[in-house]
Amino acid sequence: MLYRYLARRLIATIPVMAVVATFVFLLLRLTTGDPAAIIAGDNATAADVAAIRGKLGLDRPIVQQFAIWLGNIARGDLGESFFFKRKVTALIADRIEPTLSLAVCTIVLAVLFAVPLGVIAAWRHGSWIDRAVMALSVLGFSVPVFVIGYSLIYVFAIYLGWLPVQGYQRLADGFGGFIERLILPSVALSVIYVALIARITRTSVLEVMNADYVRTARAKGLADVAVLVRHVLRNAAVPIVTVIGLGIALLIGGVVVTESVFSIPGLGRLTVDAVLARDYPTVQAVVLLFSMVYVLINLLVDLTYTFLDPRIRY
Amino acid sequence: MKAAVARPAPLGVLGADAPARRGVARRIVRNKSVVLGGAVLAVVVAIALLAPVLGTGDPAQINPVARNKVPGAESSVRQADGTAARVTHWMGTDSLGRDIYSRVIYGARISLVVGVTVALISASIGLVIGVVAGYLRWLDGFVMRIMDGLMSIPAILLAIALVSLASAGLRTVIIAIVIPEVPRVVRLVRAVVLSIREEAYVEAAVALGAPTPALLARHVLPNTVAPLVVQATFICASAILVEAILSFLGIGIPPEVPTWGNIMAEGRALFRIFPHNILFPGVFLAVTVLAVNMLGDGLRDMLDPRMSKRL
Repeated sequence: MLYRYLARRLIATIPVMAVVATFVFLLLRLTTGDPAAIIAGDNATAADVAAIRGKLGLDRPIVQQFAIWLGNIARGDLGESFFFKRKVTALIADRIEPTLSLAVCTIVLAVLFAVPLGVIAAWRHGSWIDRAVMALSVLGFSVPVFVIGYSLIYVFAIYLGWLPVQGYQRLADGFGGFIERLILPSVALSVIYVALIARITRTSVLEVMNADYVRTARAKGLADVAVLVRHVLRNAAVPIVTVIGLGIALLIGGVVVTESVFSIPGLGRLTVDAVLARDYPTVQAVVLLFSMVYVLINLLVDLTYTFLDPRIRY
Repeated sequence: MKAAVARPAPLGVLGADAPARRGVARRIVRNKSVVLGGAVLAVVVAIALLAPVLGTGDPAQINPVARNKVPGAESSVRQADGTAARVTHWMGTDSLGRDIYSRVIYGARISLVVGVTVALISASIGLVIGVVAGYLRWLDGFVMRIMDGLMSIPAILLAIALVSLASAGLRTVIIAIVIPEVPRVVRLVRAVVLSIREEAYVEAAVALGAPTPALLARHVLPNTVAPLVVQATFICASAILVEAILSFLGIGIPPEVPTWGNIMAEGRALFRIFPHNILFPGVFLAVTVLAVNMLGDGLRDMLDPRMSKRL
């Protein structure tokens, strides 16, 4: 049954990714400028432009161009950057480590903070702790990540001098410097994520806490913590994990901004640089990559439901 | 973004009878979130409207002798008649000598225009597509697949990619923010339409031979109003944030226009020495978005108790 469900879910992602691919392809065609002319540069002759157009296949019918482009993507060829004059895949490979480190660090931090926060808020439902957590969560949605980022830099890097102001150090060059430079950006980026997860955790836990089996568990004298972890959290897990998956969209948007604030040479910074330089192949590749990651993570989230809650059968 | 999480349930018919409506007015006053959010928002709107008379100067005026002043500093500004006047820069000046206070106050205009316009446009487009998708079964699958596809591109990323297509400006930014928001509205409206179709009174109206336009106007559209208003409020908050983000990244509204994002982008280079260039617009931005979000939260609790229990 699970395999059949897996197959059905995989097939369902095909039309979604097809829409994304079509959209990303059209992105390049919708531009006012001629890509061939952009690549050729300012001093190119008409013959140069025509030659590049032929090389890129821009003189063929648009449907054929789309087919060629899709074929290239399937073979892992995302084209060549107009601006950096390199293969886009190589460009992305260079930039993936900082972004991945930042994202993983943020998710871990956010979950470690948000889930206990949400549980406490639900446990002390209606108390000042609950109201504070809810207020912080609305606040977290409203304060933009760059304002949080600059505030953190000002307090912890400039005023207190505890952490480096900006920059990134590769993991290979030493773990200390790597983690030191990741702390502030991860904290800044995790705020909105914490707000989202804490909110849904609270709601989800509140719902489960009224269940009969929780009352029974308490009645038989089980300690509060055991009730929370074994009975409440287990049953409240599905919505929480769902939101963590959906929140990846917020995270990706936040990565772009955070990397700019903290001068981290990752995919987010690459996206902004590519847009500023009108480097469409790179913009296309990054949008396609991020969307694919988002869709795949949510597919994975769907599949974890059976492990989290054995009652769910497909 | 929050819309992806909250799958709003349809509402009971709102405004169907007078006593219920009077109840709504009373509940608005009683809801702290709505009152507080609304009050703060009213202040921001007043600031935007009254910007020229709030002791501001020309927000675009460059003054080379008054560059990078700290908050509270004074400088002399040459008037049109040739005399010099002393001006106090309550929030300091930026690296071109422009008065931050004037820029922040005028910046409220752009933020509110973007927020309200994006909310109205995406709610209208989403309403039309949502009703059509919910009503015409043969179109539903096709339309919803396109919406699913659009929704699987993270919103800010989609907006960033879209602004790269056209020249920078207010209109480009608004369109770039509207497109990622539309699918979320479509989903909401379609869900309401689908559930209304199942209601007994709609079946009865169909059986009595009510024409489709009348059916839509009498039964379907009134039911979409409340969830749409709530959704539009959240879209407004998110649009203000995204505009600031785009401007901050240098790909939104042209840098000479005073927007909160642009002021912060300007302040980036000298942030370590003059943090006020980022602090003041940042506080205004956060407070405004917070007010709109609180208004939205309050309206949601008020208009749809079922939805508030879910999130």
